Parts: sequence; structure tokens; C-alpha cells
Amino acid sequence: MLHRRHALLGGLCLCCLPSLARAASFILREIAPGIHVRRGVDEEATRGNADAIANAGFIVGQKSVLVFDPGGSLADGTQLRAAIRETTTLPVSHVVMSHAHPDHIFGAGAFTGDTPFFIGHARLASALAARGEYYRQRLEEILGSAAAGPVVMPTMEVADAAEIDLGGRKVGLKAHGPAHTDNDLSLLDAATGTLFCGDLLFVRRVPSLDGSLKGWLRELDALKAAGAKQAVPGHGPERVDWPAGAADLERYLRTLVVETRAAIKDNIDIEAAVEKVAAAERGRWTLFDDYNGRNVTQAYRELEWE
Amino acid sequence: MSPMRMHALFIALLGCFAAMPALAADDDAARQERWHELRQSIFGDRPVMDGSTLLALDAPLRALDASLVPISISTNPGRDVVGVYMVIDDNPGPLAAHVEYGPRGDPSLLALRVRVNQYTLMHAVAETSDGALHEIARFVKAAGGCSAPVGANEAESLAEIGRMKLRLSGKVEADQPVEAQLLIRHPNYNGMQMDQLTRLYTPMRIVKNIDITLNGEKVLGLEGDISLSTDPAIGFRFVPRAEDLPGKLKVTVRDSDNTVFEESFDVPASGS
Repeated sequence: MLHRRHALLGGLCLCCLPSLARAASFILREIAPGIHVRRGVDEEATRGNADAIANAGFIVGQKSVLVFDPGGSLADGTQLRAAIRETTTLPVSHVVMSHAHPDHIFGAGAFTGDTPFFIGHARLASALAARGEYYRQRLEEILGSAAAGPVVMPTMEVADAAEIDLGGRKVGLKAHGPAHTDNDLSLLDAATGTLFCGDLLFVRRVPSLDGSLKGWLRELDALKAAGAKQAVPGHGPERVDWPAGAADLERYLRTLVVETRAAIKDNIDIEAAVEKVAAAERGRWTLFDDYNGRNVTQAYRELEWE
Repeated sequence: MSPMRMHALFIALLGCFAAMPALAADDDAARQERWHELRQSIFGDRPVMDGSTLLALDAPLRALDASLVPISISTNPGRDVVGVYMVIDDNPGPLAAHVEYGPRGDPSLLALRVRVNQYTLMHAVAETSDGALHEIARFVKAAGGCSAPVGANEAESLAEIGRMKLRLSGKVEADQPVEAQLLIRHPNYNGMQMDQLTRLYTPMRIVKNIDITLNGEKVLGLEGDISLSTDPAIGFRFVPRAEDLPGKLKVTVRDSDNTVFEESFDVPASGS
């Protein structure tokens, strides 16, 4: 079911909204009872899209609401929060930040007034300490200072696993080993069999590797066995069947492993490998040329020590 | 930089503000001025001439990964090059590497992986046996590599610190250059990465010297600095004589903690 959330301008500060077009494009979809997802656009961050390029969503329990990825900017998070307020009057008790990349978490600033637990992987804080300010400045350059938002640090850390009770609805959080990044968190809503993957799952938009290639394949195996029947990717449609929806990502990552190993074995250097490895995947993903070369570089430096 | 490219850089780049020079050299005059100052501080008043007929510097115009930018310096065979300086002008430690060649070394090709902290000019300077210096420059678009957390491989890099790999490609024949790549497991912490557990900045621990000999005779010596990537890699050439084959290539690495790592590799004769 699709809802258009475009009547939100009334009570909001206009400076936080980059454009009316952005507000009109904010479409929330309920993918399971009480689970709502806003699809991110398959673009890079621009002033026009307010960095709403990753999926953002929330889960409504009987007592409170949990946000899984608060959006890519303060402007985006403000839209998301307004959409939540239209859906339910229950308080926002938890904001999960799936990993340190800015397109997933810079909306957190929109929720500070709700004083929720800001939940992150045990390594999120150090990743944000190292990169957060840099991300913020770059985002400001694109969106302007009012729309970008602050770096929000986690107030609750998950080192292995945690369970959150939203009232009649318990969700499980899992901290993963190095995969997409070294601070990936996923969430399972057991009642509906819905798995929020963060960027452990990319669909249609080319994956970006910022952690460990072999680790990602390992964590993907674990997620496939988590018992979910649908998954919310970090990028791509609001939902995919699970584990079938992992197939394209898995094929891409395995191709990276196999072809990078072959390049190393054949003494093909990094510069040449980035042109060659996974080239057959080019037509299958959006933004392929923006990320594949870097993914190959990461894969190469990891696999040359095998 | 267009907004479309920015997101790719978000993922690729890691913040390094404290280390950035106060004056971002964002125009040509400022870049030339920066190089003028660097040249003074590295070479003093020694003249540095245009080296475009002697050497070439190959680097990607836009780095895909600022923490690992592959570069290579080639010099004309037959010219008497005794050393090469690699300078990344706007990095916190601009002199990335200084290589001195010995009798078994061949300066015709040197490949390195470096960090690049911001859009910058890079200079390669070759020194010939007459003491003359020859420079060549390239502009590289990359930013943030110097403070890149060592990342997911950090644990493995530390656990295996000092492990080395040597790859020889092509034939090994007497009096012919042999192409080699040396990989050294070392986090090469440049003092800008945050420790994930203590949340303190990791003290600098970098590879300072790499000495490579063939049967006791010098191939090359490299003085490194904070601009070499994690797990430093050097591509180089050496020339064995008939009496060197089969032989041993010995590598000695000393880091800023004065820890010494040694490894020796067989160089078999092949293809003759």
C-alpha cells in the first residue's frame, strides 16, 4: 500500500526542506503490518534529493516506534519523522543506525528531541569519530548547512546481539563482523519474518565494499539462514523475497572474489584489474562505474594476502 | 567536483582535517608555490631541471581509493639514475619515499601504493650519477587517504606484521632485468587513525626503511614515510649476474619502533 506524504510543509521550517519536489517524492510503503519503508532513490547525493538515497523505515509496536535508518540528512530525517507522526502517535523509542555511511544516518538529528536510544554497532562510535566530521562537511557542501545535519553518536551499542521490546513486538539486532563496513547492524522482526539488512544487502544499485569481501559473503550466509521471508535492502526496492533477494549481490561478490583472485594469480596489477574484474556485471547495476573500480581495489588488497 | 561524484567519495574518503594544510592549494599558482617550498626543503638550493625526457610518472587522474593509489615511475633505460624521490605535495608528510639503487638494482621501473590526502600535485624526482635532479609532475584527484582507518584488515595486518610476499614475473635470466613485487604486512599507522577500542589516535608506527639485496649486494634501499599505504608494496627491477643464479633476495624492513623484519626469497634461474 502506498501513501503520499506531501502535505507536510505546514508545521515545518522550510529551510529544512530542500524542495517541494522532494516532499512530493517522499513515498512510504507498508511492507508488513506496522513496518513502513521509504525507498531511497538510486542516485548520488544532490541538493535535489537531500541525500535520501538509502532506504529508511520504521516499525510500530504497541508502545513505541523503532526507526531503522533515520535518513540521509537532517532534511530527510525531518520528512521521515513527520511521516511517522502521521502514522502513529506512539513515541519514537529507538533509532537504529545501521552503519557509519552518511546516507543512512545523517537524519538522526531529526529525532534528538524524542530522546530515543540511538543504537549502533560497537564499532560505530569509533568509525564516526574518525569520519563523521568529514562526512558532515562534505554533506554540507552539497545540501547546505541547514539541511545536512549533525553527527549523532550512538547511545546504545550492540557488540553481538540485542533484543528490543516495542510492546507486544520484539525485534532482534545483530552486530556483524567486517562485511560491507566493519560496523554493520541488521534487525529481524520475527513476527513478520522481516529482515532489515542495512547495506549488507544491495539490490539493483551497485554494492560498495568498505569492509571485507570474504567477510561479507560469510555474513550474507548467516543472514540467509536467519529465518526471514522478506528483506529490506539498504538500497533498492522497499522489500525483496528472502533469501532469493540476495542472489544478485552474492553473484557480484563471488565474481569479485573469483576474478580478483585470477588477476592476482596472473600478475595483473591493480590498475589493470580495476578495468577488467567484474566487467560483465556492468549492465546489471546502476552507478556501476562509480563503485566497481574501488571495490576491485579493496578486493585486491584483501585477497593478495591469501 | 560534481555532486554526482560526491557520494562515491563519501564512501571512499575518510576525514583528515587536522592534517590538512591551512592553505588548500586550489589554484595553479598556489600549487607551484607549494612545490617551490617543498623543493627548497628537500633539495635545498640544488637545481632541479625538467625531467620529462628522462622519466615518467604514471598515476590515475582520479584515484578510486584515496588510501591506495597505485603509482609508477619509469626512467629511460641506459640513463644513470641512482635514486628516485616521490613527493605528494599536499600530503601531511609530502616526501613519500626516497629510493637509492645499488649495483644490482634497475631504476627503469618503480611502483608504489600511496595515500593521497587531497587533490594534489605529485612530483617524481630522479637523481643521476652526476648529481643532477630531474623532476616530473602529475595532478591527482583524491582526498582523505591519510586518515583512512586501517579498517577491516587491520587485525590481520597487525597479526601478520612483518610477513612478506615476493612475486617475480617473467623469466629470470642473467644480465636481464627481472620484475618483482614485494608486499609487506604492516599497518603503517600514520598516527591519524583512531583505535577502534580505546578511541585514541593510534601512535604512528610506520615502515622507515626497506633494504633489498641480492646475494649480499644492494638492489635498492627505500626510506618510507606516512604516505605509503597500509601493507606497503614496491614494484621494482633487479639485474642478476650469471653467478647470482640461483640466488637469494634478502629483504630487511625496519619500522619506526625499530622493529626489524627480515625475509629471504629464492631467486631461481629460469627460461635459459
